[in-house]
Amino acid sequence: MLIIRCPICGDRPELEFRYGGEGHVARPAATEALDDQTVADRLYMRTNPKGLTVERWRHVHGCGRFFNAVRDTVSDFFVTTYKAGEPRPDLDALKKEAVR
Amino acid sequence: MQTYSALQLLRRAFGGHQSWEPLWRQPALKPAYDVVIIGGGGHGLATAYYLAKEHGITNVAVLEKGWIGGGNTGRNTTIIRSNYLFDESAALYDHAVKLWDDLSQALNYNVMYSARGVMMLAHTVHDVQSAKRHIHANRLNGVDNEWLDPEACKAFCPELNISDNIRYPIMGGALQRRGGTARHDAVAWGYARAADAMGVDIIQNCEVTAIRRDATGAIEAVETTKGTVKTRKVGVVAAGHTSVVMSMADVRMPLESYPLQALVSEPVKPTFTCVVMSNTIHAYISQSDKGELVIGAGTDAYTSYSQRGALHITEHTLDAICELFPMFRRMRMLRNWGGIVDVTPDRSPILSKTAVPGLFVNCGWGTGGFKATPGSGNVFAHTIATGEPHRINAPFTLDRFRDGTLIDEAAAAAVAH
Repeated sequence: MLIIRCPICGDRPELEFRYGGEGHVARPAATEALDDQTVADRLYMRTNPKGLTVERWRHVHGCGRFFNAVRDTVSDFFVTTYKAGEPRPDLDALKKEAVR
Repeated sequence: MQTYSALQLLRRAFGGHQSWEPLWRQPALKPAYDVVIIGGGGHGLATAYYLAKEHGITNVAVLEKGWIGGGNTGRNTTIIRSNYLFDESAALYDHAVKLWDDLSQALNYNVMYSARGVMMLAHTVHDVQSAKRHIHANRLNGVDNEWLDPEACKAFCPELNISDNIRYPIMGGALQRRGGTARHDAVAWGYARAADAMGVDIIQNCEVTAIRRDATGAIEAVETTKGTVKTRKVGVVAAGHTSVVMSMADVRMPLESYPLQALVSEPVKPTFTCVVMSNTIHAYISQSDKGELVIGAGTDAYTSYSQRGALHITEHTLDAICELFPMFRRMRMLRNWGGIVDVTPDRSPILSKTAVPGLFVNCGWGTGGFKATPGSGNVFAHTIATGEPHRINAPFTLDRFRDGTLIDEAAAAAVAH
């Protein structure tokens, strides 16, 4: 079982959390004017990377808050977690840091 | 190709079985092919086989990163059934079941297909209603499926605990008698051997590193760890790694890759003669010909390429197994493992051409692709050969996510999602 660091509550077991899918998938503005492909891209198309991924989690059996995490999908290692609303981290910089 | 028969067996016995040839060649990668299949699992090898067999396209390479059948083909729980709710799915999966029927004869290779019956249990009123809805829909589509009350479930599977003092008592079950299992490795080997005999090159330990496109955007070549291959047609059949491969051609996919676990027990004498699945309490089980109980667990909650999974997922499944089959409580589990499955938003596969000319994709089988192996390869080969989908896979396009014509089998496609 993974230990996940909630940015509010600290380290907690995976069972307290619910996965929330790819992070920073922004809802586009002026949805009434969008074409079908743009809507499909937001709803269904996913990066699904092998390596570092940015994703949402919710501490559903704790503080209840959503937050974002950077995780390596090969090792499942959590590189960092941060509060919702904070900017997306630079993955290339994180990769270099991980190598070091 | 050396054929297999009782006579051959006898003849080679006199030579101490030293004269059997390898099942397929180990060819070097040629500089160009008519079609390149990326992924040497069951679906990819079946695609190559039907390309050669039904469409006369034999200048084909199957590129496999590891060894053939070493991915999900060798990791699944080998259950075969076609009791899907929607017309499109029933047609696709039943096409496969019909091909399973005489696959051993067609390939001259025993895939050990055993139509021993698949029983899906109902534990709640909603389960019962949903199961009966499936049964009616299946019958209208010519797919056999029948309702069993708890006593009939017990008669079909005597190991089952139908008492009402368990957490989720059994309220009945839906039985597809044509459902069953097959030997997963034999499926990969049988297709590989038959495709190879018709001239298909199976290249193992050959990872695709890039997909090159020409000025018009069409497929031009594939770069691999064994060199560059020129081709105008590429079929991507890479299961859990489809998103990774498709990103080489700048195509985004509606896929998420999850680890799915399975486990086997120590081998015991033949005791369990059917396949039992429970979607609600999440367990599915059968007995292999080696005697191991083959048990399927669920997916992890998060996407991953780790090819393992969390222990609490398998624990949850074993809880259910112990409650449904008290006689298995003292069985010891030998091995567990994970495979990476590519899950689509509507839990139906994608067998489709793409916006890139010459690029075709067969993916999204999620947690239940093995059962479809022959049908999937058959219609995907048609799609690659003719450039247009077969009648059966026409609804399973990539564009359905844009057009909203989803085939929403989420409730129907068994477990794990």
